Amino acid sequence: MTVQIAGVASTEFGTHSDSSTRELFTDAAHSALEDASLSPADIDELYVGNFIGDVIDDQAHVGAMLADYIGTRGASATRTESACASASSAVRSGAHAIAAGDADVALVGGVEMMSTNGLQEVTDALANAADNEYENQAGLTFPGIYALMAQTYLRTSDATTEDLAAVAVKNYANGTTNPLAQRQDETDVEAVLESPPVATPLHLQDCCPITDGASAAILVSEQYADEHDLETEVSVEGSGQSGDSLALQDRPDLARTRADERAADRAYESAGITPEDVDVVEVHDCFTIAEILAIESLGFFERGEGARGAVEGETAVDGRVPVNTSGGLLAKGHPVGATGVGQLVEITKQLENRHPNQVDDPTIGLTHTVGGSGASCVVTVLRAGGE
Amino acid sequence: MQQWFTDFAERIDDGDPIYLGCTECETTALPPRSVCPECGSRTLENRELSTTATVSAATTIFSSIPRYDDETPYTVVVARFDEGVRLTGQLRDADDINRGDEVAVGVEKRDGDWLVTFSPTD
Repeated sequence: MTVQIAGVASTEFGTHSDSSTRELFTDAAHSALEDASLSPADIDELYVGNFIGDVIDDQAHVGAMLADYIGTRGASATRTESACASASSAVRSGAHAIAAGDADVALVGGVEMMSTNGLQEVTDALANAADNEYENQAGLTFPGIYALMAQTYLRTSDATTEDLAAVAVKNYANGTTNPLAQRQDETDVEAVLESPPVATPLHLQDCCPITDGASAAILVSEQYADEHDLETEVSVEGSGQSGDSLALQDRPDLARTRADERAADRAYESAGITPEDVDVVEVHDCFTIAEILAIESLGFFERGEGARGAVEGETAVDGRVPVNTSGGLLAKGHPVGATGVGQLVEITKQLENRHPNQVDDPTIGLTHTVGGSGASCVVTVLRAGGE
Repeated sequence: MQQWFTDFAERIDDGDPIYLGCTECETTALPPRSVCPECGSRTLENRELSTTATVSAATTIFSSIPRYDDETPYTVVVARFDEGVRLTGQLRDADDINRGDEVAVGVEKRDGDWLVTFSPTD
């Protein structure tokens, strides 16, 4: 049974220090319901990603709390957690519930409040996605983990730190024309390389910002869409999720993300497509190196060649395979538990031809979301041309 | 701190570190596993680990978690032992280190918790 997308919405990504997890998610959820012409009473199931709320808000049981606050206390409500891929796991759960015939309407989303606490406290909370004993105890931070992947990549390919910076330059530029994006300023290679070091070779502008944000999407069955005359133009064609060792040290190649490769294979197979069929992509560029590894794992570039994407314009809005037209996590922002649905919102708008950085009449779009340093990965394939 | 990590670190401190080897498929791993991560069998046995390793990658960290923020910048190393396992630790007795350099594994006790360290051997 086809799963259709009836409505999508994201809040502005950035600083919402006068809001809260429950208020921010309510804004996104109700905007998505409005976009779908549905109301809270129509929701059968709610799946919502949230990663660090236990630490930052001192609040767990977030699924029930958010169902309560968006006005659907009676719905089946569950929080999904796979670190920064939490919201994409919510999409898979909602799509499965509809495909199985258990639900007609599923609200899938995510929310994260990150700016209300200090940078160190947020960095500490995010580090919970890593191996506490083998990584955190050694003083390894998340930027540090991706820095180790970048060091390995730079030494085993022809790529340079300038090539990493080119990813930030492209995504910052895309962010300036996305009104929901957190960063609204362009940068250049020199500015990236001169920004303060975070974990060598990564500089501050190689890293996504600290972001508050929420996103939501309304998934419906094809039958429900027909019966209620919903305007659905985009469907969820397939998805894949896979994992890898929790700790980076346990992977044979530190610069190879095998969970991404497996998740992509499964998503392509379930959607019946190949990488060549994909017209527009949102990938998990929490750091510049992450976008390069992602576009290789997804099959758009040979291994060791991904750095060419941004440098040669192949991943630009008008390139061969446009990547992160929203600005990506680097510029749009990365409210970790919301990011997967944030990406889905952007791709849905592309496939509905209403994106601020619209690519030319795309048919197939894809989202790629990573949890931790690659111990979780979810890939979702969307197609234009629904009912 | 988890007891298994304390046990693992104390073996390093005693100069008698261990790793796990699968008697079915010869995959190598670190504690506290009871199941081989590759073949799924429960045939892991304790084996003696070298006390030196080769640097796979290193990064110098300038912005850190509260526990280590007073100590930035510091360098974290992932090093590979000849037996096949890799381990993560902080660099000691040097300002920087390169991929391919040989390091000796050690541990330090801080506030009751164990921290893995690596020092250049030459």
